[in-house]
Amino acid sequence: MNKKVILKVENIWKVYPNGIVANKNINFEVHEGEIHALIGENGAGKSTLMKILFGIENPEEGKIILNGEEVKIENSKKAISLGIGMVHQHFMLVDSLTIAENIVLGNEPKKFGMFMNKEEMQKRAAECSEKYNFNINVNEKIENVSVGVKQKTEILKALVRGAKILILDEPTAVLTPQETKELFVELNTLKKQGHTIIFISHKLNEIMEICDRVTIMRHGTTVETSFVKDTSPQDISNKMVGREIVLTVEKKPARRGDVCLETENLVYVNNIGKKSLDGVSIKLRKGEILSVAGVEGNGQSELAGILTGMIKPLSGKVIINEKLIEEYEPSVFRSNKLSYIPEDRMTNGCAAKLSILDNMFADKIDQFLYNYIFLDRKKMREKAEHNVEDFNILCGSIQHQVQMLSGGNIQKVVASRELTEEAEIIIAEQPTRGIDAGASELIRKKIVEFRDRGAAILLVSADLNEVLELSDSTIVMHNGKVNAYFQDTSKLTEEELGYYMLGVKKQTEEEVKGIL
Amino acid sequence: MESMIQAVFSTTFLFSVIRVATPLILASMGAVITSNAGITNIGIEGVMLTSALTGVFASAYGFGPWFGFVIAIITGVVCSLAIGYASMSLKADSVLACIAFNTMAVGGTVYFMYAIVKDKGTTIALNSGKLPSIEIPIIKDIPIIGEILSNHNVVSYIAFFMIIVVYVLLYKTPLGLRIRSAGKAPNALSSVGVSLLKIRYIALGISGVLGGMAGAFMSMGYVTWFSKNMTAGRGFIALAADAMGNSTPIGAALSSLLFAVAEALSYSLQVTMIPPELVQMLPYLVTIVGLVAYAAKRSKSEKKRKEKLAEE
Repeated sequence: MNKKVILKVENIWKVYPNGIVANKNINFEVHEGEIHALIGENGAGKSTLMKILFGIENPEEGKIILNGEEVKIENSKKAISLGIGMVHQHFMLVDSLTIAENIVLGNEPKKFGMFMNKEEMQKRAAECSEKYNFNINVNEKIENVSVGVKQKTEILKALVRGAKILILDEPTAVLTPQETKELFVELNTLKKQGHTIIFISHKLNEIMEICDRVTIMRHGTTVETSFVKDTSPQDISNKMVGREIVLTVEKKPARRGDVCLETENLVYVNNIGKKSLDGVSIKLRKGEILSVAGVEGNGQSELAGILTGMIKPLSGKVIINEKLIEEYEPSVFRSNKLSYIPEDRMTNGCAAKLSILDNMFADKIDQFLYNYIFLDRKKMREKAEHNVEDFNILCGSIQHQVQMLSGGNIQKVVASRELTEEAEIIIAEQPTRGIDAGASELIRKKIVEFRDRGAAILLVSADLNEVLELSDSTIVMHNGKVNAYFQDTSKLTEEELGYYMLGVKKQTEEEVKGIL
Repeated sequence: MESMIQAVFSTTFLFSVIRVATPLILASMGAVITSNAGITNIGIEGVMLTSALTGVFASAYGFGPWFGFVIAIITGVVCSLAIGYASMSLKADSVLACIAFNTMAVGGTVYFMYAIVKDKGTTIALNSGKLPSIEIPIIKDIPIIGEILSNHNVVSYIAFFMIIVVYVLLYKTPLGLRIRSAGKAPNALSSVGVSLLKIRYIALGISGVLGGMAGAFMSMGYVTWFSKNMTAGRGFIALAADAMGNSTPIGAALSSLLFAVAEALSYSLQVTMIPPELVQMLPYLVTIVGLVAYAAKRSKSEKKRKEKLAEE
């Protein structure tokens, strides 16, 4: 094998303005002509690293060495001129244009000095497509082609611009199994023609199948690079997940009651036409914490969205307390005593520019009315002061804007609004993501406290620690389906969970039906 | 009733439709360019009005109507770029920037008109001249058609020519490809290393040229003077034509003609009993119904598409 190092990354640090350290001390090398996998959990810093290599983000520290020379990649234009191409997870294509037009955009062939040279454009696109055996009709409009063809267009876009190194950000996340197979054939063709490919993925089996070497990332840093043939899926999974499990919350065994929330065969198709939920049936019982584990993008957020009325399923049923939900509106769900801690606290969780006080009661102002139309500010203030104490929210005043608080305290404000006496069903989506240990612990304790009071909690989390520590039962989602159900989370290890999350293992249908 | 039918089917009526359509077509072509680039250019109304005034002044105090025409175009470009600078480079809210500009244009033109010709209503006292009308050889001798198509102001012919120019620009040139990409998928454009800002400035500049021509026609073709707020919402009608025409040059031109028919009709019908305001309402009603029907059809086909995908 050719061992020439084409790209080397040394001691890269990236700190975002909000203080999140996305990359710390990243080191890795890519050999010329190899398919190099980059694997890691969500938030491990893979995307940030790739954005740095493609000039979308600039690192605070560190060196990028391309072909033995140190380079500064200030923007994407520079990256392209250096022969680096990137295929983003979200396609950067113009739907109303043809494939050929998308390919030449920004680099259009001309005639008579100012007009488009259509023949030349089609010829160029078709030649490139043929050269790499892509087999597509370049005169089709993007809006009429499948996701797989869109991706091929993206790859061609990079190749036409002379990319020698191709970065693919989770390329198979949007593909069907057949399209994935086709993509792999194409990637191998590219490899044979001397291109280097950096392949970002969570899917272990794919990495085993197509990649030469794999670099594992965890918590913003690179753990190890090894040859794929010298390693095993179990090994990679263990290194990805890590071993430090810190149990901070003590809880008694669950006392399960009646089923209060159930779904039947939920199907949801997202905007790009992918089935993000493919027949999901679950049951949630009073007094239990059921966690939904899974690598992000396997349907968990769509499930949470449907169960809170934010989005509407294409087919299937949601039944709350034996009542069939007919209208998917957040108010319908909330009137069934369901509360929701959303994943994106700044967009859906709070109104950033309103005060802490106003945010706390946004969903229940009718409880604070006098003479039917006026707000009882005094009562609100008293209740808010009580919440601040109860949830240990660090703030100067309850009149301050929520956006002035730290992430952890914002999340506490959201939690204090949602975790109230009347809440019977709580959908908590990544409730402790990106917040400090103290705030996480408090929120987790609160969740357990509510469970002990008899509330049912659906915990959507990509954080394995949280799943293992907090939940009584666990389901694992993979490719829009429930891949596994564990009635007793305490018997589960993180390795085991990792296998199911990554699709290395899969339960039989009977086992999954244990939940029903 | 008979007089009404006579009025509508007369050659003078059709002649006036073309005359009335001229500023609408020009301004709607400007709107087509900017909306393709992803900008809703509400400021086109103020651009027209400002250009109408500077054109008159340049013609009267400079070197005649053609000089005025050029100055009107330059004014249009400068005003459009200024709006772009406020909203894109300085990040002001674009709707507010445009509304502020339009309001300023109404007041500002009156102020300068008064400062220079000491009249707050019109510049009629100023001998500012008129862009020439043109007789088209051969066509002018054909009965009926000649009466309708010949002897229009030169800007009317330019307006129709601009439909072709805008069409070619949008669909046959690299710049057009980039402009359309800027509107449909700005990320796609940036990802291939093209400056989104640059493309949007260029689009605004071109819309300024077209808006400037529209303004020049108002004060040096339609009539021969500038009067207070003489554009009277034609810029907004042009935006509606752009929306109704789905931001295509041909669609916007046809919509402009539809609005022009309604406007000409409302002039002709002033002699009859029907209130002209009622007639003027019709095209707007058509716009709303059309847009609603279009949106309904699209969301229905989207649902079908998803159902089909789910079955696979």
